[in-house]
Amino acid sequence: MNGGAARALLDVRDLKVGLPTRRGPLAILNGVDLHVKEGEVLGVVGESGAGKSITGLAVIGLLEPPARIDGGEVWFDGARIDGLSGDELRRIRGARIGVIFQDPLTSLNPLYTIGFQLTETIRTHMDLGADAAEKRAVELLDEVGIPAAASRLGAYPHEFSGGMRQRVVIALALCANPRLIIADEPTTALDVSIQAQIIGVLKRLCREHGTAVMLITHDMGVIAETADRVAVMYAGRVIEDGTVAEVVRNASHPYSHGLMGSIPTIGARIGRLPQIRGSMPRVGAVPAGCAFAPRCPEVRDLCRAERPVMMDGKATSAACWQYSPRWSDTAAAAGGAAADG
Amino acid sequence: MFSYLVNRVFQAVGVLLVVALLSFVIFNYVGDPINNMVGQEATLEDREELRERLGLNDSVLVQFLRFVANAAEGEFGISYQFQRKVSDLILERMPATLELVFVSAVIALAAGIGLGVFTGLRRDSWLSRFVLTVSLVGVSLPTFVIGILLIYIFSVGLEWLPSFGRGDTVRIGDWDSGLLTGSGWLAIILPAITLGLFQLTIILRLVRAEMLEVLRTDYIKFARARGLSRRAINFGHALKNTMVPVITIAGLQIGTLIAFSIITETVFQWPGMGLLFIQGVEFADVPIMGAYLLLAAIAFVAINLIVDLLYAAVDPRLRVSAQRGKGTA
Amino acid sequence: MTARPATGATSGTAPGTAGRLLGALYRGADSDLAYSFRRNPVVVTAAIVTLLYFFGAAFADWLAPHTPFDPSTLSLGDAEKPPAWIEGGDWSYVLGTDNQGRDIFSTILYGSRLSLIVGFSAVIFSVVLGVGLGVTSGYFGGWYESVVMRAADVQLTLPSILVALMVDGVARAIFAGTDIKTDATFAIYVLIFAIGISAWPQYARVVRSATLVEKSKDYVAAARVIGIPSWRIMLRHVLPNTMGPVLVIGTIDLALAVITEATLSFLGVGIPPTQPSLGTLIRVGQEFLFSGQWWITLFPALALVLLVLAVNLLGDWLRDALNPKLR
Repeated sequence: MNGGAARALLDVRDLKVGLPTRRGPLAILNGVDLHVKEGEVLGVVGESGAGKSITGLAVIGLLEPPARIDGGEVWFDGARIDGLSGDELRRIRGARIGVIFQDPLTSLNPLYTIGFQLTETIRTHMDLGADAAEKRAVELLDEVGIPAAASRLGAYPHEFSGGMRQRVVIALALCANPRLIIADEPTTALDVSIQAQIIGVLKRLCREHGTAVMLITHDMGVIAETADRVAVMYAGRVIEDGTVAEVVRNASHPYSHGLMGSIPTIGARIGRLPQIRGSMPRVGAVPAGCAFAPRCPEVRDLCRAERPVMMDGKATSAACWQYSPRWSDTAAAAGGAAADG
Repeated sequence: MFSYLVNRVFQAVGVLLVVALLSFVIFNYVGDPINNMVGQEATLEDREELRERLGLNDSVLVQFLRFVANAAEGEFGISYQFQRKVSDLILERMPATLELVFVSAVIALAAGIGLGVFTGLRRDSWLSRFVLTVSLVGVSLPTFVIGILLIYIFSVGLEWLPSFGRGDTVRIGDWDSGLLTGSGWLAIILPAITLGLFQLTIILRLVRAEMLEVLRTDYIKFARARGLSRRAINFGHALKNTMVPVITIAGLQIGTLIAFSIITETVFQWPGMGLLFIQGVEFADVPIMGAYLLLAAIAFVAINLIVDLLYAAVDPRLRVSAQRGKGTA
Repeated sequence: MTARPATGATSGTAPGTAGRLLGALYRGADSDLAYSFRRNPVVVTAAIVTLLYFFGAAFADWLAPHTPFDPSTLSLGDAEKPPAWIEGGDWSYVLGTDNQGRDIFSTILYGSRLSLIVGFSAVIFSVVLGVGLGVTSGYFGGWYESVVMRAADVQLTLPSILVALMVDGVARAIFAGTDIKTDATFAIYVLIFAIGISAWPQYARVVRSATLVEKSKDYVAAARVIGIPSWRIMLRHVLPNTMGPVLVIGTIDLALAVITEATLSFLGVGIPPTQPSLGTLIRVGQEFLFSGQWWITLFPALALVLLVLAVNLLGDWLRDALNPKLR
C-alpha cells in the first residue's frame, strides 16, 4: 500500500467499529485505512463525529463498551494487535504506544502527585528501581519544559496551569520511550497562546526520540505546521491520504478541497470563507454510495450507487470516483448537489 | 487547613447550640420540672419555693445558659419513670450501645466497601446482579423485620444464637464490656448484623455508583492508556477517588447507626441507651428524651467533624484551597 | 368524525387540545421512559404489586373477610389459629389469627391502608413544606434563604427516624394526661406530622438548587422585566423544572415513610393499639415466635417488606430512567 506498507509502524486496514443499540448495530467506523511510518507525524483531520478519536481508541484497545471492533485489522510493528487480550494490549499501551488525550485538566488523577503518576508509569513498563524511576521522571519533566522539575515532583495536578499539565501528560506518554504516540486533540482544550508551545514541545521531542505521532485534530493549522502526511476522515472513513503540502494545496477529494478552502489565509482578501454546503451524515444515516455524495458539487449517479475505494488522485490518494476510469462513463447527475442542498 | 477547621468547628458549635435550645425547650416547657421533682402532692407554697430555688423564675436566657452549663457537666435532671439521675442511667447504658454501634459499623464498612467495589468493577457478572438485587431487598427491609427474621432463623429455628440481652459482661472501670466474653460475642452477632445491614446496603450501593462514575473519568481512561495494571487502576486510582463521597455518606451512616440502635435494642432487649430512650418516649419521660437528643447530636456533630478531617486527608485540593483561604484571609 | 364539520369554525381549540393530548400520549408511550419500563419485567411486577396494594387498601372494606378492630366480632375461641393450610387452621381465617382472635389477612389489608394513608400524607406534607421553602428560599435569597438552609442543615445532622421519634415523643409529652392523647385520629395526625417534618430538608435542598439554576436563566430575567409577578414565575417556570427530582425523592420517600410508620408502631409509639397496623401486629407477634405462632409476625412482616420493596424498585427505576448519566 502506497509502497510504505513494509515500513509502516502502524497499519490500520479496513477497520470497522460498531455500537450495538436497541435499534440494531450502528456503524461508527466504516472501514478505515491508514498507516503511520516510523518517525513520521501523521495528521488525522475531519469534522467532529468523523471517527478520528474512535480510530485512535480502537487502535489501542480502549473503546468504551459496548462499542467494539467489528472487522478489519490493526498491525503494529509487524504484529497484529487487534484481538489481543486485555493484558497483552496493556503491555503495548504506555510502553510502545503512548497516548495523549484532549483535556489535560482531567487527564491527571487529582489525588496523586505528578511524581507518583510518573514513577508509577515508568516502573510499570521499565525495570527500574524507585530512585532510577524518580531520576527519569525528573529528566522527562525537564525535557517537556517544566521549570525546576525536581522540586515539582511532589506537586498535585491542580497546582499546575493547563499548559503545564499538558506538558506533564506528554511526559507521561513518553515515560517508556514509545515508538508511537497517539495524540487526540492535544491542544483543543488549551488557550490559543499555549497551543503553539505544546505542539512545539511535542514535535521537538518526537523528532529527538524518533517517535512517530498520530496527531488527531480538527485544526488544519496545527496539521499544516506539524504533520508530514495527512489522512482526511469523513463519516467513519479515510477519504484522502497524502503529504501535507499536497493535501493543503492540491487536494484530490472534493471534501478535502472544501475543507482546505476554509482555512483563512493571511493577506488574501476574501469577503467570506467558503463553506461546504450541508452537514456530515449522522452515524447510522450514512448513504449507501459515497458518504459525501449529498454534499458534493461533482456528484454523479455512480457516486450514489457505489462506494469508492482509495485510488490515485492528483498527487494524493483519495476515495473519489473522479479518479476512476469509470468516471467518464457515468453521466453528471442533473442538478447535482444544488438540488439536495 | 486551619481556617477550614475553625470554620467547621464553628458550624458544629452552632448546630449543638440549636439542638441544646431545642432540648432546653423540651425540658422546660414540655414537661413540668416541678412535678418531676416533687410529685403531685406538694403544696402551692412548696412549688413556688422550689421554683425560686431551681431558678425557674430567672430570665429565659439565664435559664438556658444554666442548662447548657449543666449539660456540659452531664447534669440532665431526674428521670420521671426511674426516679434516678438521667446521667447515671445514661452512663450505665452507654457501653452497651457504643459496643453494638462499633461492631455494626465495622461490619457495614468492611462488607459495604468490599461488595461495592466488587459490583462496580464486575458490573455485568451474575454475582454482582445477585448482590445488587439482595441489597435492594436489604434497603427495603425495616430494621426490626431483619431482627425478627434473624431471631426466627438463628434463635427459634437453629437455636444457635441468643435472641436477647448482652450475655456475660466484664467490668473495666466504669465500662461494662461484652466483647471480652464468649457469650458476649455470641449475643452481639444478631443485633450487630441487624443494625449494620441497612447501612451496609447503603454503603455498598454508594461505593458501586461512585466506582462506576470514577471509572468513566478521563484520568482513569488516561491511566489505562498509560498501560497501568488493572489492579493499580482499580484500587490505586479509582478506589481512592471514590473515597471522598464515600467518607461523607459512610460517616453520616455511622451516625444513623446510633439512631437505629433504638430499634435494634428494642428488638433484642439490648440494655443500651436506645432502649432507655424509647421507654422515655413511651412514658413521656422528658429528661431522658432531652438528654438523649443532646447526646445524639453531640455524637453526630463529632462524626461530621471527623469526616471533614478525613476529607482533607484524602483530597489534596481541599488542603491547598484551605491554605490559600488562610493566606488571603 | 361527524362532529368535526360542525365545530369547524371554532376548531382552533378543541381538536388542538385533543391533538396535543394525543400527541403527548403518543410521545409518552414512545418515550425512553416508557420503553425502559416495558423492557424491565422487575419494574412492571413492582408496579403491579404497588397497584394491588392500592387496590386492596381502597377496597379493604369489601375485600377483608373480617373487621378485626371491632371488638364485638372477636372471640377468644378463635385466637392463635394457624393459617388455613396447616392442621387446626380455618379457611375463614386464611392467614390465621393473633392472640386476640383477629384475622391476620384482614388486619394486613386494613393495616396496609393505614400505612399508605399515613405514608402518602406524610410525603405530601414534606413535599409541600420542602418544595415551598426550597423555591421561595432559592428565589428570594437573603437572610430568609440562610435561615431555611441552616435549619435544613441542623435537621439533616440528625437521622430522620430520630427526628420523627422526637417529634412524636414531644407531642406525647405535651398532650400527656389530656383527652386528646387517647384519641386515635389525633395520634395519626401526630404521626403524619412527625414523619412528614423529618423529610422536608432534602426536598428543600434539591428544589432550592434547581431554582437557583432556573433563576439565572435569561427568560426569568425577561419575565421580571416585563413585570410578571414572582409567584407566577415560580409557579409556571421554576416549579415544573424541579418536578423530576422531587418525583424520584418522593417515591423513595414513600417507602421510607411506610417503614418509619411501621417502625414507630413497632416501637409502640406510632399508631395506637386500637387501630390496625402492620408494625403493631409484628410487635405483638414477636412474643409468640418462641411458642410457635410464627404467622402472627411473619405474614405482616412479609406484607410490609413486599410493599416497601415494590415502591423502592419503582423509585430506583425512576431515578435511573430520569437520570441517564447513572445508567
